[in-house]
Amino acid sequence: MKIALTVNGRPAALDVAPRTTLADCLRHALGLTGTHLACEHGVCGACTVIVDGAAVRGCLTLAVQADGAEVTTVEGLAGDGALTPLQEAFRRHHALQCGFCTAGILTTLHALLTENPDVEACEIREVLSGNICRCTGYIPIVEAALEARAAYRRGGDPAQ
Amino acid sequence: MKAPPFTLHRPATVDEAAGLLAALADEGALVLAGGQSLVPMMALRLAYPPDLIDINGIAGLDRIELSGDHLAIGALARHHDFRRSVVPGPFGALLARISHEIAHYPIRTRGTFCGSLAHADPASEWCLTAATLGAEMVLRSQAGERAVPVADWFEGAMATVREPEELLVEVRLSRPAEGSAWGFYEFNRRAGDFAIGAALAGYRLEGGAMRDVHVGIGAIEEVPRRLGEVEAALEGQPPGPEAFRTAARIAAGAVEPLEDFATPADYRRDLAVTAIERALAEAALAQPGQRGMAA
Ligand SMILES: Cc1cc2nc3c(=O)[nH]c(=O)nc-3n(C[C@H](O)[C@H](O)[C@H](O)COP(=O)(O)OP(=O)(O)OC[C@H]3O[C@@H](n4cnc5c(N)ncnc54)[C@H](O)[C@@H]3O)c2cc1C
Ligand code: FES
Ligand code: FES
Repeated sequence: MKIALTVNGRPAALDVAPRTTLADCLRHALGLTGTHLACEHGVCGACTVIVDGAAVRGCLTLAVQADGAEVTTVEGLAGDGALTPLQEAFRRHHALQCGFCTAGILTTLHALLTENPDVEACEIREVLSGNICRCTGYIPIVEAALEARAAYRRGGDPAQ
Repeated sequence: MKAPPFTLHRPATVDEAAGLLAALADEGALVLAGGQSLVPMMALRLAYPPDLIDINGIAGLDRIELSGDHLAIGALARHHDFRRSVVPGPFGALLARISHEIAHYPIRTRGTFCGSLAHADPASEWCLTAATLGAEMVLRSQAGERAVPVADWFEGAMATVREPEELLVEVRLSRPAEGSAWGFYEFNRRAGDFAIGAALAGYRLEGGAMRDVHVGIGAIEEVPRRLGEVEAALEGQPPGPEAFRTAARIAAGAVEPLEDFATPADYRRDLAVTAIERALAEAALAQPGQRGMAA
């Protein structure tokens, strides 16, 4: 099926089989391998991307369902190569080690903080329960998210 | 971990979807709503539908509207749409509270309320909500429309009376009684996992006694349901920890718990009692005058 979508601000026209997931489409057809896949059934969160502002599982969304949509992957968070305030906070707090889970955590938190820059620590923890990290422990990740709230409160899209 | 091939259909109207279902349901066509249960089932090769009828392009199905004695919830209303009160007051607050217990944030943005009722997982929070508050499922096919009360809806775990060619277009969730207050309790090992046991309970106070008592359990048995024996023990009594405990204990003898490799039946039997007691305790805190979810 022919689809047209915008990925990280760039238009993409593709021909995909209906069974292709959005995550596979991003990785294989568009070469955007920052989006990771592990469980492929919604449990681990590694594949999370942003579709029309909402964080979604790339492994549970069909590419054809993103027809006409605006998709943001981890590659699209930092527009001009500089780290976003959220990414900066991850670096400062050592909120990643191997980085496998990080793309999905950044996209999830970016959507969450954009939706609600005042989100409280308990909700951040609840949301992060949907992203499995086997390296760092979650405390630095929560701390990074809490610190990044200030940048989202200042308005605008801190990712741009 | 890839879904088997299928043909995708994207109807623009409910009539068109009903037409496609009439033509293709016999061969195994399925409706695709949020895809948050169906897509993983296809990836795990537990489902092999030759055709998927994607209803996401049908305008108007995302409505959530109070109408008379119920909240009308369209087939494309997502779990996430309930995260802030969809109606003013305690009813909306209760639904918001429950919605946060369903799966994970990026799953809630796509998964639908009606999809949960159609899928009928024993642990579904929305199925428990419908069973406890009361609800009607509105089904549409080429033959017309019918409404099924929740008491007749579930046939077993992941089985309902919906015919394959019927589209669940709307769920009408009953509004709780004026002045009633509600509590919800769920146990799982990690936030967002499917519940191992859950309870929803509510009542209103009249001259210091509990009236209109509703006590429902989910994830304990194949199908969520109200426990009449527990409700009867509470009706007309003054609320309090003793009354709650005594009534909740009745559940132990009344339920036929599910069993799986991680959770023996006796564990769920105990959990049913605890969940009911805690849901009632939360309802007590929410009584009008207290801060909480009183209607
Ligand atoms: C990791 C993970 C954790 C989860 N945890 C929970 C949880 O804790 N609690 C919970 O309740 N759910 C949980 N879910 C499931 C999630 O809530 C689903 O969104 C929900 O069960 C089904 O809704 P859906 O819209 O995604 O339906 P789909 O996946 O699109 O469909 C599910 C089934 O229902 C049928 N169907 C859907 N809509 C209709 C309709 N309108 N008419 C007729 N048939 C229809 C489909 O054909 C299919 O058979 C979880 C899912 C995942 C992946
Ligand atoms: S790969 Fe999508 S949630 Fe694990
Ligand atoms: S940093 Fe390695 S899995 Fe999270």
